[in-house]
Amino acid sequence: MEALLEVKDLKKHFPVASTIPFKKSTQSVKAVDGVNFNVYPGETLGVVGESGCGKSTMARLVNQLITPTSGIVHFKGDDLVTMNKETLRETRKKIQMIFQDPYASLDPRISVGELIAEPLVIHNVGDKASRKKRVEELLEIVGLNKRFADRYPHEFSGGQRQRINIARALTINPELVICDEPVSALDVSVQAQVINLLKQLQAEFQLTYIFISHDLNVVRYTCDRIAVMYLGKIVEIGTYEQIYSNPKHPYTKALFSAIPKESPFDDKERIILKGTVPSPLNPPSGCSFHERCPVAIDICSKQEPNVVTTANTHQASCHLIQK
Amino acid sequence: MSQQLLRVKDLQVEFKSGSITNKAVNGVSFDLDANESIGIVGESGSGKSVTATSILRLIPNPPGKITGGDIYFKGNNLLEMSNNDIRKVRGNEISMIFQDPSTSLNPVFKVGNQLMESIRTHQNVSKKEAKKKAIEMLELVGIPAPEKRMNMYPHEFSGGMRQRVMIAIALSCNPELLIADEPTTALDVTVQAQILNLMKDLQARLQMSIIMITHDLGVVWETCDKMIVMYAGRVVESGEVKAIYQNPLHPYTWGLLDSQITESQESTEALSAIPGSPPDLSYEIKGCPFADRCPYAQAICYETTPELAEPYQGHAVACHFQTTEQQLERREDAYVDGSTSRS
Repeated sequence: MEALLEVKDLKKHFPVASTIPFKKSTQSVKAVDGVNFNVYPGETLGVVGESGCGKSTMARLVNQLITPTSGIVHFKGDDLVTMNKETLRETRKKIQMIFQDPYASLDPRISVGELIAEPLVIHNVGDKASRKKRVEELLEIVGLNKRFADRYPHEFSGGQRQRINIARALTINPELVICDEPVSALDVSVQAQVINLLKQLQAEFQLTYIFISHDLNVVRYTCDRIAVMYLGKIVEIGTYEQIYSNPKHPYTKALFSAIPKESPFDDKERIILKGTVPSPLNPPSGCSFHERCPVAIDICSKQEPNVVTTANTHQASCHLIQK
Repeated sequence: MSQQLLRVKDLQVEFKSGSITNKAVNGVSFDLDANESIGIVGESGSGKSVTATSILRLIPNPPGKITGGDIYFKGNNLLEMSNNDIRKVRGNEISMIFQDPSTSLNPVFKVGNQLMESIRTHQNVSKKEAKKKAIEMLELVGIPAPEKRMNMYPHEFSGGMRQRVMIAIALSCNPELLIADEPTTALDVTVQAQILNLMKDLQARLQMSIIMITHDLGVVWETCDKMIVMYAGRVVESGEVKAIYQNPLHPYTWGLLDSQITESQESTEALSAIPGSPPDLSYEIKGCPFADRCPYAQAICYETTPELAEPYQGHAVACHFQTTEQQLERREDAYVDGSTSRS
């Protein structure tokens, strides 16, 4: 199958201000450091990892909200990085985003109807009457009353606000929706409502999702394939069965063993990782995980591991994996 | 028989804003024994944090006010104590850790000084001894190179490390009760596992009681002996953790358990979700506060508020249809579809 999105060797290095005045800085934070993956039409790719591993930066690089340092982002065969502004604007209609915090992502001074119609105004689609009709239609699609169009964001609960955000993302019929922690700010009972809605919309409108989350249960439930990120790199990628039942990378194993118990009777063996994610300003030599890795050997601190394909669609980068 | 440490009886807390009165906590009662841990679970706005902060009388007044009830700690009523006396309890016998470790430490003081402050406030020790104790505490919570870390500022610590510092400060006076308000919510799963392990380990070593406030049932399964489920400022169910897991009684607890995503959940089936959202507490609620969202609700639920009853020994529930005389039958499909169906 042809990929909808193809990302190759994508990098983003943020320069850090020098501590010495007037001296140009030589240091940079390697937020995303050489990421490769494809996203196929109709699937959901989950991205997991601890905070600071570059998940959100990667999402913003994909739709060019920030410009990458180097690398290629092909959307339906066109390179978004080298594209001129005009065409990028046109192409970006097909890539929409849902953000984490429904309290911060909606402008409190604009009515819900205007908020949802904003993408239509920006892209100059339709007239006033048709926009109004579209807003009402969208409100119903996300399970809200169409009378809500005249209300303001503060009148809604977190779950309802996230529904409004979803409606906004769907306004101009996107093909790829990047969900950056869409349910992390919501309560469990409401979280389930929003996940159900996202799944239902995917089936109805043939959407493709990139689903970023640190909640591993949510990712397992929603995603077809999962990419595990650590310090700006994808350390393992595969289908969810492969990642859950047969994880190859020691980091993936540790990450999944850290999920809290499912019952008070559960006696779970834990791999407790030491320490926290090292600073991306000064990543460790060799494999960036070796300092926290419970099974690290000599070579890990010296040489960066190659990507090993263990099974069809399952890749991991670790020295200890046999081909 | 272990001895009773804390007893909260019919606690009522209100918040006033203008002419609106918000009944944040409405008649909460629970007991806690020495060396026992209790989990308080519920959605945001259910009153779990307000309940916990009331124990230390940390509710900002105005707008908040404890309008009724009693809180007995080792036989003394905390609500009737003078301000001077309660200061001696705070941070000394009862201490608290908060949700967000990045905002609960003072950014302009060294971590070591903040630790020593709490030690020197409550214990009559010299600066030198306080410093020694502070280093010991940092070591206890697993911070490497504690002497060096003493001289660092909070911004030089990661989230997990800051939470460890908070725990070190909270435990520096050997409290008998530790109140942890969502201690791991702001942390990553890997760090959460570290912190929960640390707390369990320290509880066993220092023989203290813990009140764990969380919205994550997994955290409760992992750390607590007893639990209470709160909804709209009330206790809807309470009992032993294992009993509630095996035989949950309140329809709200069923909904909470159902909406958890478990390992066995097939991604093809829709998640169970509780429809709607919690009620607005600034209005008088007639009847059961959960009635609007309850798939089992009947006419009486909108009329009278159910009282807590104990159909099983030590396992209480507030529902009209869950009593010694009659029981509700839990329907598997009660919460399936939730409110996502577009009818």
